[in-house]
Amino acid sequence: MTTTSEALPLGTPIARTRRRPRAGKYYLLIAPSLLLSAIVVLIPGILTAVAAFTNWNGISLHANWVGFGNFRAIFSDPVFRTALGDNLKWAGLFLTVPVGLGLGTSLLLLRRPRTRTLYQVLFLVPYVLAPVTNAILWLNIIYDPVAGLWAWLQGHGLVGQVPLGSTHWVLLAVATVDMWHFWGFLMVVYLAALRQTPPEQIEAARVEGASTRQLFRHVYLPNIMPTLMLMFVMEAIFSFLSFDYIHLMTGGGPAHASEVLSTYAYTFAFSEYEFGMAAAVSLVMSFFGLLMGAVYAVLSRREMAS
Amino acid sequence: MKLRRALRSTPGHILLIILAVLQLFPIALVFINSFKTSFQVAADPLALPHQLDFSNFSTAWDYGHFGTGFVNSLLLVSTTVIVVLICASLAGYVLAGKKIRAWPLVTMYFLAAVTIPIWLFLFPLYFEYSKLHLLNNPVAVGFIVAAINLPLAVFLMRAFFLKVPAALEEAAVVDGAGVGSLLWRVMLPIVSPGLLTVAVLVGLFAWNEYLITTTFLQTPSSYTATLGYLTMNGTFTDQQGIMMAGAVILILPVLVIFIAVQRLFIEGFVSGAVKG
Repeated sequence: MTTTSEALPLGTPIARTRRRPRAGKYYLLIAPSLLLSAIVVLIPGILTAVAAFTNWNGISLHANWVGFGNFRAIFSDPVFRTALGDNLKWAGLFLTVPVGLGLGTSLLLLRRPRTRTLYQVLFLVPYVLAPVTNAILWLNIIYDPVAGLWAWLQGHGLVGQVPLGSTHWVLLAVATVDMWHFWGFLMVVYLAALRQTPPEQIEAARVEGASTRQLFRHVYLPNIMPTLMLMFVMEAIFSFLSFDYIHLMTGGGPAHASEVLSTYAYTFAFSEYEFGMAAAVSLVMSFFGLLMGAVYAVLSRREMAS
Repeated sequence: MKLRRALRSTPGHILLIILAVLQLFPIALVFINSFKTSFQVAADPLALPHQLDFSNFSTAWDYGHFGTGFVNSLLLVSTTVIVVLICASLAGYVLAGKKIRAWPLVTMYFLAAVTIPIWLFLFPLYFEYSKLHLLNNPVAVGFIVAAINLPLAVFLMRAFFLKVPAALEEAAVVDGAGVGSLLWRVMLPIVSPGLLTVAVLVGLFAWNEYLITTTFLQTPSSYTATLGYLTMNGTFTDQQGIMMAGAVILILPVLVIFIAVQRLFIEGFVSGAVKG
């Protein structure tokens, strides 16, 4: 192993002996990624974990240790309970409606190779547009109490009051826009997974006279299960972090009816300059995400093992 | 037999058409109403415009500060894409080849980082940026968006480097190629489809970004196109025609690019979802 390269007989793995002294160079190659991630994600992330136990105002470096005070204040706040409840409702909607739509549509498209690409593009249009554009267009053209489509239908006696003003319907009204924008993405991912099902399995099932339903249950479903699980976990995580559409369309109102944990935290930080409280809410939100993230890491490590 | 099959697939066709209409109807309304006065919009949002009047567009362009907005958006997006491409391809190469002893640790870190919520670092990062005087700077904010998209990009690039045959790299090393020329001359051409996928995916995410931009860009001169458009919402709340013209200005470029390279987008979404 200590021989010099000139003395090496033919066939000796040269690359291996050369790699050792170069290890430093490889650390240099990965350094930019680690540095960027450390500055933006890791260090502020650690600071959040510390700040959650202080009364930091986010303006000066000074802060006092308050122990679990922030968490006690949050858990006894009725707005927090509303927000957490709304996040759970949000998760309930996102884990059913887009999943059902996406799966059903992808199965329909699986048997339509000629129109498949066209439909994928059509369904994806809202997904590629910015949340700002989507939110404002729904606010103005659908939900506007004077000039919107809803008001027009209301004028013709077809629907009730505009849902954004109702504490009952506001969350569903915003979630509808977010799901409208999102489900096409799920469909595309499901369809790609369905199409990777080995043709010999499908052929074998057909030869044995399997019905369409049996074919789905016993051939397609087991094959797309990893993808279904992964997307399920990701959706569950993002249901607790959802922000864009709610902040843009209602800001959490009316009367906190559409408040979620993210808007709750954002208000603490940038309206009241209580960064300690905001950090505490962030930790609570992230807890759900990290819990699901652990599940996700185990799942994808199994996939990475190959 | 043929007829029966045709009949059986009819409900499916109808369902697909209904869904396509639901997806596109609100966007079609935007285009229709962008040519109308607010009075015409309120009277009947479904009616086609009487004339092709572009005055809404010039009003929207001025009040939405789209001139500045598009420049800032391009600055932010190109910063993000360039930073992500450089960092992720280097890291992807190192991790795919297990070149460093700490590769399992680094892989686990980026794996965890894929799901780390922005909320876990947003508030102290804001403090960090304000102390470093980096607020209201689209290029500096592009680095944040890059860091957020980096873990996913690392895994995508890692997957592309894994597909490169090991013999090819060994041959280059035997020929005396250093790490630099190996990466630049041998690896780069092979993984360029991967770079393109990552660029399209991350570029779209950066262009559409809301939470980070709205938090870190607070002066009108630093607003991206979407943020500039957002400021119109207060001024023109009862002028739907102008608001919709502004929306068209934002929608049209994205729509054109998406339709032009749809295959790249769809591939990107799929690989991003499966590997991320």
